[in-house]
Amino acid sequence: ASCVQHRLVVRDASSLQLLQLYTCLDQIQYIEWSSDSLFILCALYKRGIVQVWSLEQPAWHCRIDEGSAGLVASCWSPDGRHILNTTEFHLRITVWSLCTKSVSYIKYPKACQQGVVFTKDGRYMAVAERRDCKDFISIFVCNNWQLLRHFDTETQDLSGIEWAPNGCVLAAWDTCLEYKVLLYSLDGRLLSSFRAYEWPLGVKSIAWSPSSQFLAIGSFDEKVRILNHVTWKKITELDHPATIASKKTIVYKEVEKSPTVDTERLSFPPTRELASSLFSTQSKYDISQVPVSLQYVKPVADRANPKVGVGMLAFSADNCFLATKNDNIPNAVWIWDIRKLKLSVVLEQLCTIQCFQWDPCQPRLAVCTGTSRVYLWSPAGCVVVQVPGEGDFQIMSLSWHSSGDAMVLLSKDNFCVCYLEREEV
Amino acid sequence: MGDWRTITVPVLSSDSKNILSYTSERKISPTSMNSQVLRLSLPSSKMHSFFSAFCTEENIEQSISYIDRELTTLGFPSIYAESKGKELNLISIINCMNELLALQHKNLRAQEEVEMQHMKLGSDMDHLQNCYAKLKDQLELSKREIVGLQERDRQLQSKNRNLHQLLKNEKDEVQKLQNIISSRATQYNHDMKRKEREYNKLKERLHQLVMNKKDKKIAMEILNCVGRADGKRGAWRTDKTEARNEEEMYKVLLSDYEQRQKQLLLENAELKKVLQQMKKDIISLLPPQKQKPKEKSEDGLVLSDQEEDIGELNKENMWELSCETVREQLTNSIRKQWRMLKNHVEKLDNQVSRGHSGALNEKDVISREDHELETEKLELEIQQCKEMIKTQQQLLQQQLTCDDDTTLLLQDCYLLEERERLQEEWRLFREQKKNFEKERKSFTEAAIRLGLERKAFEEDRGTWLKHQFLTMTADCKSENATTPSSEPDIRLVKSASRQRRSPSVLSSPVSAEPCQTYQYIAQNSVASEKPAADNMPNLWVEGDDKEETE
Repeated sequence: ASCVQHRLVVRDASSLQLLQLYTCLDQIQYIEWSSDSLFILCALYKRGIVQVWSLEQPAWHCRIDEGSAGLVASCWSPDGRHILNTTEFHLRITVWSLCTKSVSYIKYPKACQQGVVFTKDGRYMAVAERRDCKDFISIFVCNNWQLLRHFDTETQDLSGIEWAPNGCVLAAWDTCLEYKVLLYSLDGRLLSSFRAYEWPLGVKSIAWSPSSQFLAIGSFDEKVRILNHVTWKKITELDHPATIASKKTIVYKEVEKSPTVDTERLSFPPTRELASSLFSTQSKYDISQVPVSLQYVKPVADRANPKVGVGMLAFSADNCFLATKNDNIPNAVWIWDIRKLKLSVVLEQLCTIQCFQWDPCQPRLAVCTGTSRVYLWSPAGCVVVQVPGEGDFQIMSLSWHSSGDAMVLLSKDNFCVCYLEREEV
Repeated sequence: MGDWRTITVPVLSSDSKNILSYTSERKISPTSMNSQVLRLSLPSSKMHSFFSAFCTEENIEQSISYIDRELTTLGFPSIYAESKGKELNLISIINCMNELLALQHKNLRAQEEVEMQHMKLGSDMDHLQNCYAKLKDQLELSKREIVGLQERDRQLQSKNRNLHQLLKNEKDEVQKLQNIISSRATQYNHDMKRKEREYNKLKERLHQLVMNKKDKKIAMEILNCVGRADGKRGAWRTDKTEARNEEEMYKVLLSDYEQRQKQLLLENAELKKVLQQMKKDIISLLPPQKQKPKEKSEDGLVLSDQEEDIGELNKENMWELSCETVREQLTNSIRKQWRMLKNHVEKLDNQVSRGHSGALNEKDVISREDHELETEKLELEIQQCKEMIKTQQQLLQQQLTCDDDTTLLLQDCYLLEERERLQEEWRLFREQKKNFEKERKSFTEAAIRLGLERKAFEEDRGTWLKHQFLTMTADCKSENATTPSSEPDIRLVKSASRQRRSPSVLSSPVSAEPCQTYQYIAQNSVASEKPAADNMPNLWVEGDDKEETE
């Protein structure tokens, strides 16, 4: 599904054939599929309206109007029948039920990076709240939206919460002024608290491993600390220096190769393919010899939220690899082998990394840097894939299909779907 | 005695009077003169002159009396005879002289000695003075050095102090900055809290406004209610549901813990297995030491301990028990054995080093010899085994393949049999081929003949039909019924005639199979010849059609 201005376009994933077309009242800011893929919600933040469309019955419609309360965020509940709207200024979260047309309110939600999280199995929802200058976390049962637990956290300014994939542990981390990560069990007990250092800027990003065995914490000091689930103590620190000296690391460097043009075959006026191949630069991967020094960007000292530290963290689906990006070294993706807790590969690109995502089925990583190429890495090697087409297609973000066979590449105005062939066994 | 005075000789030799006058100044003048005489053991010429100077012919008496007086004062007997003076006692004079000479010798010797000593002392003194001078120089030097070093030491200490001071300053600064940071942080927190409270108040106000307004707008417009995802109806929120929620939550947590515990148990079991393995390996490594007499006693005891341990632990069936004591026992026993292994390895190392250094113990020699013997034995064994294996292989092969001759014969037999069979078959084949050829030829001839006959027949038929037709048309009405039946009869006759012909053509007797095939071939050739043949069949067919249409 994609939205264009005020229209919602639904296409088939394998053939990109147009299936449905819906029209909303105003420009759509956000769309989301329900968990059973039967409904799509379109949030129009400016008008404070959420419109829901059904795929089975195109004639069915639903409109939720927040009125003067305004709308800042909207999302589905895991059962696909409730919509949670966050009103302006984070006054409250309204839970609208599509089954019973009833409304519930959650007061005092926290305006932070990630305030509402659902467990993977969709049973429980954790909401970060703040009353009287203190942070609280409430856990609700998604079946009937009953409050299960409500406890306070020892944080200065809770910045985010995240469930572990097994749904039993909740990680909460503090604002970047304080390095503090708290781990709560499902019933609200504090299991452990982790603090690496006191004064410098703290946690930037957090990721759970798919087996819930590890919690990776990326911080502003360019390091990733990994905690284990048995003792909640740090088992290792992964550093991101600008020079890589270890012999066991493979460094793939993206290198531009100038296109070879046969001067005999030049024709006038030049054909379209020739023109595009002349002006679009091809690139491929080269293996650089260790030691390699990466491009290091010194952050501006007196701005808030400096571009320092580990900003992106992602575990692979088979729990074997961790991909990180150090914002100081914005052109490199660092891939760590979790079984050995060592750096295994570094991908050095020509431009700043915009987004990377792991394949949900295999250990394959797709990276995009704002050029018209998507980069794929797997333990077997890495490859550069050029998006064919005229003009510039600057890929800003990408998203894998849940089967791992296709991915969507998004630029500012367009998107395309990249299909990956399965290997014949 | 008297004062020794060192008076220069020339003064003496010049004038005795002067001397006398000079010496008269002193109290012990004669002694001084005597001393001069005695002391200066100078060349005899000077002595002679001196002697002549002392005693002349005028003052013999005086000089003799003087000498006598001196001698008596010195303790010598008087030189005068016992009677009144003037008669000299020669013997006493000679004795006195002798004594005086002896005294002189003695004095000379003493003087020599004293002079020697004096010289020695002088040289010693020089030496000592030199040493003293050198030592003084050294002392000066070392004093200067000391001063220099002290100076440096002072400088370094001052530097050290400075650095310490700097460090302290830095630490203080850091502490100050930290304090500043913490104070600022608290300040910011306080300010933030204040702002947040204000913000909360605004939010509350806004919330009230929003709720109070009772906007009709805040509503949900839905076409129709959608069923729940799981198809169930929504439940009321009651205490029961709360309790159930709690239950479910605890169930989830418990299942997670149980899963983890299972994993941990598995891990534990694995690790225990590994430890057991390690223990067994270590035990298997240690017994070879039994041969060495030295360590025998220790090992003997130790081994018995180990065996006991093993016995105990195996009896207790480790896998099921996981209590503290068993675990501790296992780890302790492994530690013990590991230590023993370490000792063993160390001893071996020592032995090796000793062996390298050349100090061969009896034991080492024996052990090496033993080792060599054993290796030789093993090599022999290996060779024997290899030979045995070879012979066995050969035997096996022979058994499998029997005798060479018989196998060859058999093989030949088989081959001959096959060859004969093949030859027979070839013969048969060739015969059949010939037969086929013959029959084909005859058949072709027959076919040609048939064709000709057919032609003739057709012509005949044609004429006959014409004749018939003509006759029939003559009396058609009467014979209408019979014509259709005659046609099939004619056809049957024709087909029968054809069939009869085909076997008649193929008159040569052959075996049953070829006959059938020939029939088939004949039919085929007939079929193929049909279109190839003249128009007659077509005409016949057309004729048939014509007849049918009628």
